[in-house]
Amino acid sequence: MEMVVALGIGVLAGSGVWLLLRPRTFQVIVGLSLLSYAVNLFIFVMGWVRGGLAPVVAGAASGATPDPALYADPLPQALVLTAIVITFATTALLLVVLLAARGLTGTDHVDGREPGE
Amino acid sequence: MNALIDQLREHLVVVPVVLPLAAGAAMLLLDERRHSLKAGISLGAALLLLVASVALALRADDAGPPSVYAVGDWPAPFGIVLVADRLSALMVLLSAALGLAALVFSLARWHSAGPHFHSLLHFLLAGLNGAFLTGDLFNLFVFFELLLAASYGLALHGSGARRVRASLHYIVLNLAASLLFLVGVSLMYGIAGTLNMADLAARLPRIAAEDRALLEIGAAMLGVAFLVKAGMWPLGFWLPATYAAASAPAAALFCILTKVGVYAVARVWLVVFGGGPGADLLVYGGMATLGFGVIGMLSSQELGRIAAYGLLVSSGTLLVGLGLGGAAATAAAIFYLVASTLGTAALFLLIELVERSREPGADVLAVTAEAFGVAGDDADEPEEEPGVAIPAAMAVLGLAFAFAALLMAGLPPMPGFVAKFAILAAVLGEEPVPGAAWALLALLLLAGLAAIIALGRVGVRVFWSEERTAPRVRLLEFAPVAALLAACMALTIAAGPAMRYVEQAAAALHAPAGYIDEVLRRP
Repeated sequence: MEMVVALGIGVLAGSGVWLLLRPRTFQVIVGLSLLSYAVNLFIFVMGWVRGGLAPVVAGAASGATPDPALYADPLPQALVLTAIVITFATTALLLVVLLAARGLTGTDHVDGREPGE
Repeated sequence: MNALIDQLREHLVVVPVVLPLAAGAAMLLLDERRHSLKAGISLGAALLLLVASVALALRADDAGPPSVYAVGDWPAPFGIVLVADRLSALMVLLSAALGLAALVFSLARWHSAGPHFHSLLHFLLAGLNGAFLTGDLFNLFVFFELLLAASYGLALHGSGARRVRASLHYIVLNLAASLLFLVGVSLMYGIAGTLNMADLAARLPRIAAEDRALLEIGAAMLGVAFLVKAGMWPLGFWLPATYAAASAPAAALFCILTKVGVYAVARVWLVVFGGGPGADLLVYGGMATLGFGVIGMLSSQELGRIAAYGLLVSSGTLLVGLGLGGAAATAAAIFYLVASTLGTAALFLLIELVERSREPGADVLAVTAEAFGVAGDDADEPEEEPGVAIPAAMAVLGLAFAFAALLMAGLPPMPGFVAKFAILAAVLGEEPVPGAAWALLALLLLAGLAAIIALGRVGVRVFWSEERTAPRVRLLEFAPVAALLAACMALTIAAGPAMRYVEQAAAALHAPAGYIDEVLRRP
C-alpha cells in the first residue's frame, strides 16, 4: 500500500516539475496542478497510510480512553482540505493572469515573447 | 465601562488581523465607482489599525512575557494561538505604518486605477499581521497565502503588459514555493505530531535520532519557502522585475514582503531549533545576496530596479546578521530591518514622483533603450487629477531623494548608519573575529558605496538635467514620503530607546524558553 502511494506521489511530482519547467504558460499551470495533487497526497499520507479506519473517535463520551491505533489521524485530512481550497483559488487566479498575459503580449510563452524575437 | 475596556484589551492581539480583514471584506460589497466612500472607510481602518498596533507594541514592551491569544479559546497545542511579543508587535506596527503611507499616497490617483485596490491592500495587511502574530506553522501557511493572494492583485494593479509579464513569474514562483512550504509543514507534522511552534520546540529533544533527519529536511524545505520570499540568492531573481514593474504604492508595500520571509526564518529557526544548524547557509547565502544586490544596483539604469536591488542588499544584510548569531547582532539586524523598510518604501514612492518630470525611459541610455526596445507604454497610467500641489516641487523632491539615498547607503544622519554600525560592532566584537565578519564588513561598505554611486548617478541625471519639466506633485502624494523619512529621522534621534526595545526583542528570541512556557501555559 505504501509503495503504491509513494509511486503515485513520485509520478505526479515528477511530471509536475517537468511541466513546470516548460516554456508555455498552459504547461506551467498544468504542472503546478499536478504538483499540488502530489503535495496534497503527501500531506494526507503524513497521517500514515491505514486502510478502512475512521478519523472520528467514537465512544469518548462513555469515559473510556479510546485506542488511537483504531483511528486515522484527522488533522492531516483537515490540512489537506485547507490546502486544496487554497491551491484551487490561487490556480484560478493564475489562470486569469495567464489569459491576460496571452492577450497583452500576443504569445503564450512564459517570457511574454517568442525566443529569438 | 472598565469591564468593557478590559475585555477589549484582552482581544487586542487579534485586532490587527480581524480589522483589516473586516474592512477589506466590507469594501468588496461597495460599488466600484464610490471612490470617496471606499477611501474614507479604508483610511479609517488603516488609522485604527495603526492605533491598535501602537497599543500592542506598548503593551508588549510593558509586559515581560508575550501575550498569548488562544483563538476559539482552545489551549495551545490543540488550538491555534496568536502570540504578540516585542518582535511581532514591532513588525505589526511597521506594516501598519507602511500600509497607511501607501494608502495615503494612492489616494492621489492610484487607488482608482484598477478594481478593489482598497480591499486588496487591507487583505495584504491582514495576511502580514497574521503571519507576524501566529504561533502555528500551518496557520502561518494560511496567512502567507492570504498575503500572497493579495500581493498578486496589487502587483497587477494598473495592468499593462510589463506588469502582467512580471506578475506571471512572481505568481508561478510563489505558488511553487507554497507547495514546498506545505511539504515541509507536513513532514514536520508527520515526525513531531504537532504544528505549534512552541510545542514543536518542546518536543524536539524527545524525537528519535533516526527521525531527526527527516524533520530537519522538513525544516529545510520550510526555509527554502521563506527564503524565496526574502529573495536570498539564488532564489531572488524574480524580485527586481516584479518590484520595478509594480505601481508605486504597491511596491512600497512590497518592501515588507521580503521582511516577512526574514522574520519567518528568524522565528522558526531561533524558537524551534535554537539557531543551531544552518547558520553557515544563512551567512553565505546572505553574502551572495548582498553581492548580487550590489552588482545589480550598479548595473541598473532605471530607478525602480535600483531600489529593488537595494531591497535585496537589505535582505542579504539581515540574513548575514541573523546567521552570525548572538543577540546583539540580531538586535542590530532588527533595527536595520525597520530602518531599511521605511527608507526603501519612501524611495519607491519618491521614484514615481521623480519619474513624472521626464520622458518615459529617459534614464536609460539612448543606445540601451534602442537595444531593449523600450517604448513609452503609458496608456495604463491613471489620469491626472486636480488637488493641492506643493510649491518648488523639484527642490523638495531633490531633498527627499538625497535623504533616501543617504539612508540606502547607510550614511549619517539617517538610521541606516546606526544600524550598519551596530551590526558591524556586534559581529566584530567577538574574539577572535570570524572571517565571515570581515567579509561582511567589506561587503557592507561596498554596498554603501554602490548605493551612493547608483543613486547619485540617477539623481544627477534627473535633478540637474536641462530638458525636464517641473512635475506637479500633490501634497497628498508627498506627505507620506515626508512622513516615512521623518520616521527614519526619529529612529536616529531616538536610537537609544529604539535599540533598547530591539535588544529586548532579540534577547527574547534567543532565549525562547519564556515564549514556549507562556504559549504552553506552563508555570
